[in-house]
Amino acid sequence: MSMKELRLMKGNEAFAEAAIRAGADGYFGYPITPQSEVMEYLMAEKPHERTGMIVLQAESEVAAINMVYGGASCGKRVMTSSSSPGMSLKQEGISYIAGAELPCVILNAVRGGPGLGTIQPSQSDYFQSTKGGGHGDYRLIVLAPSSVQEMADFAPLAFDLAFKYRNPVLILSDGAIGQMMEKVELQEQRPRFTEEEIRKNTPWATMGKTPDRERNIITSLNLDSHVQEEHNIHLQAKYREIEKNETRWETIQCDDAEYILVAYGTSARLSQKAVDIARAKGIKLGLLRPITLFPFPTQPIAELANRVKGILSVEMSAGQMVEDVRLAVGDKVKVAHFGRMGGIIPSPPEIVEALESKLIGG
Amino acid sequence: MDTISKEDIRKPENIVYKRTELLTDKVMSYCPGCGHGTAHRIIMEVLEEMGIQDKTIGIAPVGCSVLAYEFMNIDMQQAAHGRAPALATAVKRLNPDKFVFTYQGDGDLAAIGTAETIHACNRGENIVIIFINNGIYGMTGGQMAPTTLEGMKSSTSPYGRDIKSMGNPIKMTELVAQLPGTIYVTRQAVHTPANVRKAKKAVRKAFENQKLNKGLSFVEIVSNCNSGWKMTPNQANQWMVDNMFPFYPLGDIKVNED
Ligand SMILES: Cc1ncc(C[n+]2csc(CCOP(=O)(O)OP(=O)(O)O)c2C)c(N)n1
Ligand code: SF4
Ligand SMILES: [Mg+2]
Repeated sequence: MSMKELRLMKGNEAFAEAAIRAGADGYFGYPITPQSEVMEYLMAEKPHERTGMIVLQAESEVAAINMVYGGASCGKRVMTSSSSPGMSLKQEGISYIAGAELPCVILNAVRGGPGLGTIQPSQSDYFQSTKGGGHGDYRLIVLAPSSVQEMADFAPLAFDLAFKYRNPVLILSDGAIGQMMEKVELQEQRPRFTEEEIRKNTPWATMGKTPDRERNIITSLNLDSHVQEEHNIHLQAKYREIEKNETRWETIQCDDAEYILVAYGTSARLSQKAVDIARAKGIKLGLLRPITLFPFPTQPIAELANRVKGILSVEMSAGQMVEDVRLAVGDKVKVAHFGRMGGIIPSPPEIVEALESKLIGG
Repeated sequence: MDTISKEDIRKPENIVYKRTELLTDKVMSYCPGCGHGTAHRIIMEVLEEMGIQDKTIGIAPVGCSVLAYEFMNIDMQQAAHGRAPALATAVKRLNPDKFVFTYQGDGDLAAIGTAETIHACNRGENIVIIFINNGIYGMTGGQMAPTTLEGMKSSTSPYGRDIKSMGNPIKMTELVAQLPGTIYVTRQAVHTPANVRKAKKAVRKAFENQKLNKGLSFVEIVSNCNSGWKMTPNQANQWMVDNMFPFYPLGDIKVNED
């Protein structure tokens, strides 16, 4: 059951199963469409009997993220998932977790907003996800899956990055990626951490003060501004290190491209089809797909900008990622944005039309 | 008359009382006369007497006791305002062999953290909640709390709490006692040596319950806030006896012995 295996699964289920196999210790969540399959799958699967992992339905997203905070403080692999309105509630807790430098994994299946909005897929939480989200100067590592396979692969990757950098990792998905079914290869079961491993590998974890060490304190509070500034400087240095080591992206048909689409997640899937349509029409179009949104693939976009005629940022939002694309490109070439909002998924021909009207013709 | 020297007094066999090792040497940041310090001491004494320092994780949210981790020589987590019971839930679920407690003020537990408190109690999490009720927001400078008594003055009820426009003081302890998840619910005080002894007994019972996996124990300590109440420590204690205790009567509210 826990060997490597191929299965046909929904993205949200694949993420849940992969998390069990990644050796997760605890999941804490609150139902919200379109990601409830995560907790439903976990509850049905009874991971406690498989690995000892616990699953708890909290009274709110606020409670769920604070359960994650408590569990992460013990050096455990803990996670939560939600969708946009719930993510707004989690921001206080995420800020504390980032401030206290704790590892955890958070999935956001983004839906159209603002407010209660719609349950359909959207990418309108890009700013919130990549620029901090809650109060204070902090960043999350943000992974953007564009397939069910990546929903599965990013669960162990997210835990590993979270522990490597003592930083929360956000998986930014949506209802399309979460609810479509695809073939997925699942990894073998990894063991959960033992208490000895936790005490050895995460010596900061609050697992009870033994006589051989000072007490451990998990806090984000520094009443002395100078100490707080030192902490801020340390956090910023960590984020620069993450930018250096962890920027991930994929390029598709960029070698001879004259125009480039930049798109992630669901938009990247549609943009890939748009590339095919454009090429059939004789337009040399390529796609750069950011896999990490923080750190953002600034460098590869800047390099492409040296040799293409224009770049179209395709997002299901009013234009959020496009700001980062523009920062990368500067005034080398024209950068335009194309997006649908409110849960509408743009069609590949629409993307090509936008390219033609905003960049090629314009 | 026999006199005993300082050296004699310090001999181990002559020591009748000493400060628990589980309090650090750090000078407490509490106002002189505040009940927080005494509450800290009895909790740490209980942990020391039970020999569970190496298995205990304490969680203190914001409030005057936000720096509890400076004084309690155990592993501690600092929680956001109101959220300690959520942290404690996960810590205990993920580490069933550890001892877990929260230490919360009345603003924290009975206002912003009402949901976390009620649901941790209702789930019967196997933790201890220590609830310091001083009828005011001490840390932020004496604003009205959900527990502030009718007519009581605070910086945001300068003419006294008006029930009609500001709502009623809430009795959280009676409220959580009604939930099947709580096993032991009691209200204590620490203003006299006799009350300190009783309160310590209650705290001990709460941790013993956790040891026996019995469920959630909830210990309210009605306390003073001489700074927020704008009184001397003695006046504050007297005011507490005269006004707080009639509304928040001391004693056990629920003791489930099965
Ligand atoms: C989200 C949030 N809101 C408000 C505050 C400000 N704040 C800090 S402590 C506190 C009230 C504390 O009162 P109480 O819980 O009764 O503790 P006491 O200081 O009286 O012991 C408030 C409002 C905060 N830190 N976080
Ligand atoms: S403000 Fe009140 S609760 Fe806070 S330390 Fe002073 S007396 Fe105690
Ligand atoms: Mg108070």
